[in-house]
Amino acid sequence: MTEIFGVPTQALFGQLLIGLINGSFYALLSLGLAVIFGLLNIINFTHGAQYMMGAFVAYLLGSKLGLGYWWSLLLVPPIVGATGMLIERLMLSKLYKLDHLYGLLLTFGLALIIQGLFRNEFGTSGLPFSMPAELSGGRNLGFMFLPNYRGWVIVASLVICLGTWFVIEKTKLGSYLRAATENPALVQAFGINVPRMITLTYGFGVALAALAGVMAAPIYQVSPQMGADLIIVVFAVVVIGGMGSILGSILTGFGLGIVEGLTKVFYPEASNTVIFVIMAIVLAAKPAGLFGTQK
Amino acid sequence: MKLKRTLLAVAIAAMAGTVNAQISDGVIKIGVMNDMASLYVDIAGPGSVVAARMAVEDFGAAQKGMKVEIISADHQNKPDVGSQIANQWFDVDKVDAIFDVPTSSVALAIAEIAKKKGKAFINSGAASSDLTGKACSPNTIHWTYDTWMLANGTGSAIVKTGGDTWFFITADYAFGHALERDTEAVVLKGGGKVLGKVRHPLNAQDFSSFLLQAQASKAKVIGLANAGGDTINSIKQASEFGITKGGQSLAGMLVFISDIHGLGLEKAQGLIFTETFYWDLNDQTRAWTKRFLAASKGTKYPTMVQAGVYASVLHYLKAVEAGKTDDGTRTIAQMKAMPTDDPLFGKGSIRKDGRKLHPAYLVEVKKPSESKGPYDYYKVRATIPADQAFRPEKDGGCNL
Repeated sequence: MTEIFGVPTQALFGQLLIGLINGSFYALLSLGLAVIFGLLNIINFTHGAQYMMGAFVAYLLGSKLGLGYWWSLLLVPPIVGATGMLIERLMLSKLYKLDHLYGLLLTFGLALIIQGLFRNEFGTSGLPFSMPAELSGGRNLGFMFLPNYRGWVIVASLVICLGTWFVIEKTKLGSYLRAATENPALVQAFGINVPRMITLTYGFGVALAALAGVMAAPIYQVSPQMGADLIIVVFAVVVIGGMGSILGSILTGFGLGIVEGLTKVFYPEASNTVIFVIMAIVLAAKPAGLFGTQK
Repeated sequence: MKLKRTLLAVAIAAMAGTVNAQISDGVIKIGVMNDMASLYVDIAGPGSVVAARMAVEDFGAAQKGMKVEIISADHQNKPDVGSQIANQWFDVDKVDAIFDVPTSSVALAIAEIAKKKGKAFINSGAASSDLTGKACSPNTIHWTYDTWMLANGTGSAIVKTGGDTWFFITADYAFGHALERDTEAVVLKGGGKVLGKVRHPLNAQDFSSFLLQAQASKAKVIGLANAGGDTINSIKQASEFGITKGGQSLAGMLVFISDIHGLGLEKAQGLIFTETFYWDLNDQTRAWTKRFLAASKGTKYPTMVQAGVYASVLHYLKAVEAGKTDDGTRTIAQMKAMPTDDPLFGKGSIRKDGRKLHPAYLVEVKKPSESKGPYDYYKVRATIPADQAFRPEKDGGCNL
């Protein structure tokens, strides 16, 4: 068998694929953050908690109402997105004129409160969530055993990421959004309801986090901590990609998933830190991130 | 006010005859310290406080005229926080004994403090076998389980049934390393081989990469030397990658019933590990569990750690009664001198090094079809007698 740096190529392909799967989650989450930051200028630290809420609402829909995975996939994003819009209307909207720091503090505080409430109610051991029957099992790719569900995660997140990028960068609605961030007063003068558009945008960003939460529920532990553990990495992804850059966050999400996957083969102890090392290097060389533009 | 309280204490002491003659300030004060809000809240947490309260009731403290108070605190799994609470409890709040304390690093710190101040420390929640080994103390008793017992119970049983090649997935910190070391020794002693190991950071979300390496090693058994959320995620993802279906089996080195509940039987079935308490062992444990559920107004069944808090508080109070004192060092000595007897662990004893001895149970998680009710999760595959379940006294390096 051929080897690269002492690791069989077969194993290497497996790890690359796994990196891509993890990258899907990074991409989905950092996409939501990028949309919110790009259009609202809010650093949404509640994102991890909202991802966790997505998984929990899916669990509750299943255990209380007997609704399965597919229903959750459909219903959870609008439900959690609605709570996000409520937060935007009642609290965030008061902060747009202030420094970024205030939004960060508010969303960070909210994240702690939400996580605390869930922990109080559900404990920390996590809750079971079964995989949909259609996607259980897997196929042998020759170099590794790929669970069907993981394959689905890659495809679904690619579609969603590219769809979002397309809407924001290539459609009329997206151009309104981008214009509203550049100059809200002017856009409002053209008769467009800017505050409502911003509320909907925040709701959409939150819905993306919730969707990632539903997709994560069958493979990771549904627990109040799940978002807190992930969000720091996702923030690093966003910073590397360039704050607010949609395409940047998608590409960096997938890319860093792969880098992390490879680290787990060559030096597993560093797999938690490698992303931050990359972040430090990128910030030193390109302070605005790989795809960001200096404002 | 103060006079009144003194009078009351005198009255109680008089009623109790000589029993309370040596009780400091007329009150036996018990502190339950554990993780109340994070990783280990479900294995210990408020449930341990409920268990302690039940022990005080069952002991009949009120009828015997002994005044027992329970306080509790959250050590946040941090040795510095735990030490600070312990100092305040012993010095200011007049706490006589500290119970529970999961998280080995915190437990080792508090054992040191209790020794210095001559107080009692009865641990249920922590895993490190050092508590009765090189860190043993005349003021510490380690009740429920330890790393040596887990490694020995699960490791040797699996090697004996043909699982002689191992791959370890280990949490990269002191506890994981200790568990891996102890288990590896058992595997090698049984004639087995360790084909490889991988160290993962604490609280890793994704284990697929490590599992793939374990799969490629072709080892018959994948030993999970980690705990809590890390164990749950490893097991969940192992089932997804078809590892058990491919003929490899998983061995959880430290698994609690709350973890199985979090996993669901579908994912956890077939997993083998060691516990010292299971609610469905016999009539007594079932009856106690029913009361525990009612007292905690909850649906979370008791873990072995919570059971250990109940049994250890009960034995502590018996020792205080028999020794007629709540002095820490003397009560611990009294506890070691008396045989133990409680409905959860049965009859047992406490060794000179502070190790409580009782049987351990090798359990296998049931298939979903075999489970008939809530928390009907285990089949007991073997009972390891008390004298074989724990590390022999001479191997621990305790100099008591």
